[in-house]
Amino acid sequence: MPQDLKPSGGDTRTVSPPLPPPATAGPPRSAWRQRLNRLDVRLSPYLYISPFFVLFLLVGMFPLAYTAWVSVHDWSLIGGKGDFVGLENFREVLDNPYFGKQLVNTVSIFLLSSGPQVVIAVTLAALLDTHLRARTWWRMSILLPFVVSPVAVAIIFGSLYGDRYGLINELIGHLGISPIQWHTDRFASHVAIASMVNWRWTGYNALIFLAAMQAVPRDLYESASIDGAGRVRQFFSITLPMIRPTMVFVIITSTIGGLQIFAEPRLFDQTATHSGGSDRQFGTITMLVYDFGWQLRDLGRASATAWLLFLVICAFAIVNYLLIRRLGALGEES
Amino acid sequence: MRLASSALMALTLATTLAACGDDGDAEGSADGTTTVTVATFNEFGYEGLIEEWNSSHDDIKIEQVKVGTWDDAKANLYTKLAAGSGLSDIEAIEGDAMPAILAEGGAFEDLTDSELEGRWLDWVAEKATNADGQMIGYATDIGPEGICYRADLFKKAGLPTDREEVAGLMGTWDDYFATGEKFIEEVPGTAWYDSSGGLAQAMLNQVENPFETDDNTVDVENPELQAVYDTVTGNIAKGLSTKLTQWSDDWTASFQKDGFATMACPGWMLGVVEGNAEGVEGWDFANVFPGGGGNWGGSFLTVPAQGDNIEEAKEVANWLTDPEQQIKAFEAKNTFPSQPEAYEAEAIKTATNEFFNDAPVGQILVERAEAVTVQPYKGPKYSDILQAFQAAIIRVDDGSQDPDKSWEQFLSDVEALG
Repeated sequence: MPQDLKPSGGDTRTVSPPLPPPATAGPPRSAWRQRLNRLDVRLSPYLYISPFFVLFLLVGMFPLAYTAWVSVHDWSLIGGKGDFVGLENFREVLDNPYFGKQLVNTVSIFLLSSGPQVVIAVTLAALLDTHLRARTWWRMSILLPFVVSPVAVAIIFGSLYGDRYGLINELIGHLGISPIQWHTDRFASHVAIASMVNWRWTGYNALIFLAAMQAVPRDLYESASIDGAGRVRQFFSITLPMIRPTMVFVIITSTIGGLQIFAEPRLFDQTATHSGGSDRQFGTITMLVYDFGWQLRDLGRASATAWLLFLVICAFAIVNYLLIRRLGALGEES
Repeated sequence: MRLASSALMALTLATTLAACGDDGDAEGSADGTTTVTVATFNEFGYEGLIEEWNSSHDDIKIEQVKVGTWDDAKANLYTKLAAGSGLSDIEAIEGDAMPAILAEGGAFEDLTDSELEGRWLDWVAEKATNADGQMIGYATDIGPEGICYRADLFKKAGLPTDREEVAGLMGTWDDYFATGEKFIEEVPGTAWYDSSGGLAQAMLNQVENPFETDDNTVDVENPELQAVYDTVTGNIAKGLSTKLTQWSDDWTASFQKDGFATMACPGWMLGVVEGNAEGVEGWDFANVFPGGGGNWGGSFLTVPAQGDNIEEAKEVANWLTDPEQQIKAFEAKNTFPSQPEAYEAEAIKTATNEFFNDAPVGQILVERAEAVTVQPYKGPKYSDILQAFQAAIIRVDDGSQDPDKSWEQFLSDVEALG
C-alpha cells in the first residue's frame, strides 16, 4: 500500500516552515554565498547526471569514434594499424555482392520477427490482463523462453528445422508434403530464424505491454461497459490508445535489436564458416561484420560495415519517429 | 555541499573505470606453485595425463581449458592475439591453420630444442617450423586415413564384408566410386559416403599444391583442384553423397539412420563415429585409402609470447608431446601419435577397437601413416580458401547453385580474401 500523503483527518495543526536564520554575516560574504548557491542550483543537476555521460563517453562514444578511425585505415586483426586508405574500405564493402544480399536478409528477418511479435505480445498481454486463476503463474510462465540462452534455443530449433531428419520435416512428411529446405531456401530460413526470435522475445514484450495495460484507469472500462462497448471494442478504443507510448518504446527497441540480429542466424548455420548458409541465404549485416573482422581478419572492412549498419539503423529510427509522430497527430485529431 | 559531493562522485567513478584497465593478473600464487593453462578443442585425450602430472609435481600445476571445436578455439585465439592478452599459456592449434600461425612472426615463442630432434615425423616437424628455422609448435597427433564402413549394409548390397576383402575393393578412387555405384543400386536410399565436403577434403590431402604454389601465390585455377571439384560435384548428381554438411545436425543424425555406408576416417575420427553411431552395429575399419595414403589433420601445442609462464609452459608442452604421453592419449581417444618412436610401442601395435568389430586400429593406422607419400603444400591462406571451397561444394550439394555458378562464386570469394 502506498503511503497516504494527506494529513490524517484528526490532525488539523498547520506547521509553519522554519524561518531562515537571520543573516549575521556582512554583505560581501552573503553575496558570495548567494552566488555559490545559484551556481549550485544550476550546476548540480548536470553533475548528478554526469556519471552516465562519463560512462557513455567511455563505453559508447569512444568505440564509435574509434571504429570510424579504424574504418578509414588498412587494419589487420593481428598486425594492427596500416596505411590510411580514406573511404576505400567503404567502397569495397558496398561493392561486395554479399553486402546488399545480407542487408535484404536483415530487413526481411527483422520484419518477419518484429511484426508478428508486437501483435502477438499485445494480444497475449490483453488476455493476461483479465481475471485469470493463478494469474502470476501464467504471467511468469510466458517469460520462460526469455530465460533460455540463445545457444540452447539454437540447439532446440536446429533439431526442429533439420533439412532431412528435422522434426517438422518428418511431421509434414507424414502428410505427404515434401520436406522444406530450411537452410537452403532463402525465405524458409528467414521464417525459421524469425520463429526463434519470436519465441524468445514475445513473452518479454508481452510483460511490458501488460504493465502498461495495468496502468490504464479501470473506470474507463466501467464507463465503456455502461455505454455498451464489448471487450473487443474496449480493447481497440481504450487499451490500444492508452498504451501507445509503451508501443513506441517496444517498437524502437525491437527495431534496434532486430537489425543487429547475430546469434540466432550464426548458430543456425552449420557450415564451417558460419557466415549464414552456403550462399548467405540468411546471413545478416552483423554476421558480415564478424566475417570481415574474424574470418578475413580485416578490421578496416569490418569497421566500415559496422558504420554502414549504424547509418541504416539511424535511417530506420528516423522513419519510425516520423511514422509515430504521424500516428500521434492522428490520435489527437480523433 | 551538494556541488562538491556530486563532483567527487563523478571523479571517483571516472578513476574507478580507469583503474579497471590495468589489472594484470600475475599467476604466481602465494604458495609458490605456478599454474600452466592448456587450451584444447575436440578430444586430445589429456585428462589422465594432466592428473598424472599434477599428482607428481608440486611446483607446476596444469589446468586444461577445453572448447568444443576448432572454430570456437580459433575465434578465441585471434581475438586475444589481437588484444595482446588473455590467451592460455599453451594454445593448441589445428594443423591446417599452422601456416597462418607461422606467418604471425613474434606472437609465439620459439620452441626449438636440440634434444627433441627426431621426435616427430619429418614432415610434421616441418609444418611447425617457420621461415627462420624456428619450431613454433610441438606436434600432438596426425590423422592417417583409413576407410570406416558398415559391414551390415555391405552384406545387404551383396558386397564382401571382411575388412581385407573390402580393402581390395577400393585401391583407387575410380574403384571406390564404381563400388559405390554398385552399392546404391542395391541399397537405394542409402548414400555411399557421408558428405561431399569430407570426400573433397580427403582428395585434397593427396594434391601437392591444392590452393597455393610453393612461394605462397594463390592459384585456385589449377587443373588438379578443378579435377577434385568436378569429381565431387559430379558424384552428387549420381547420388553417391548424402548431400549433408559435415558436422551438421542432419549429418550427425544420419549415423543413426543408415544414411551412408563408408567414410574417410583419420584416427581421431574413430571416436567421432563411435559417439554418433552409438548403438548401431556393423561398423568396421579397413586398412585402405583410395589413391594411396592421406593425412587429415593433426594438431600442435604452441606457447604464445604474451603468456606469463613461458618457461614452465615449454616444459609442459614438451612433456605432453613426449612419445610416452602420446601413447597414453592414443589409448584414451585414438589420437594417433606423430612421434615415430611410439609406433614401436606394444600398446599401439596391439590396440583393437571393440566398436569397429575388434579391428586392429593401432596396426592399421601405423600402416596408413606409412602409406602417406604426398603432403599438400599449405600456405598462410590455406584454411581460409578451404572454407570457401567447402561452401562452394555445399551450394551444389544443397541445390542452391549449379556447379559452374558455384565455382565462379568460389573464385570471387577467394579474390575477396585480399
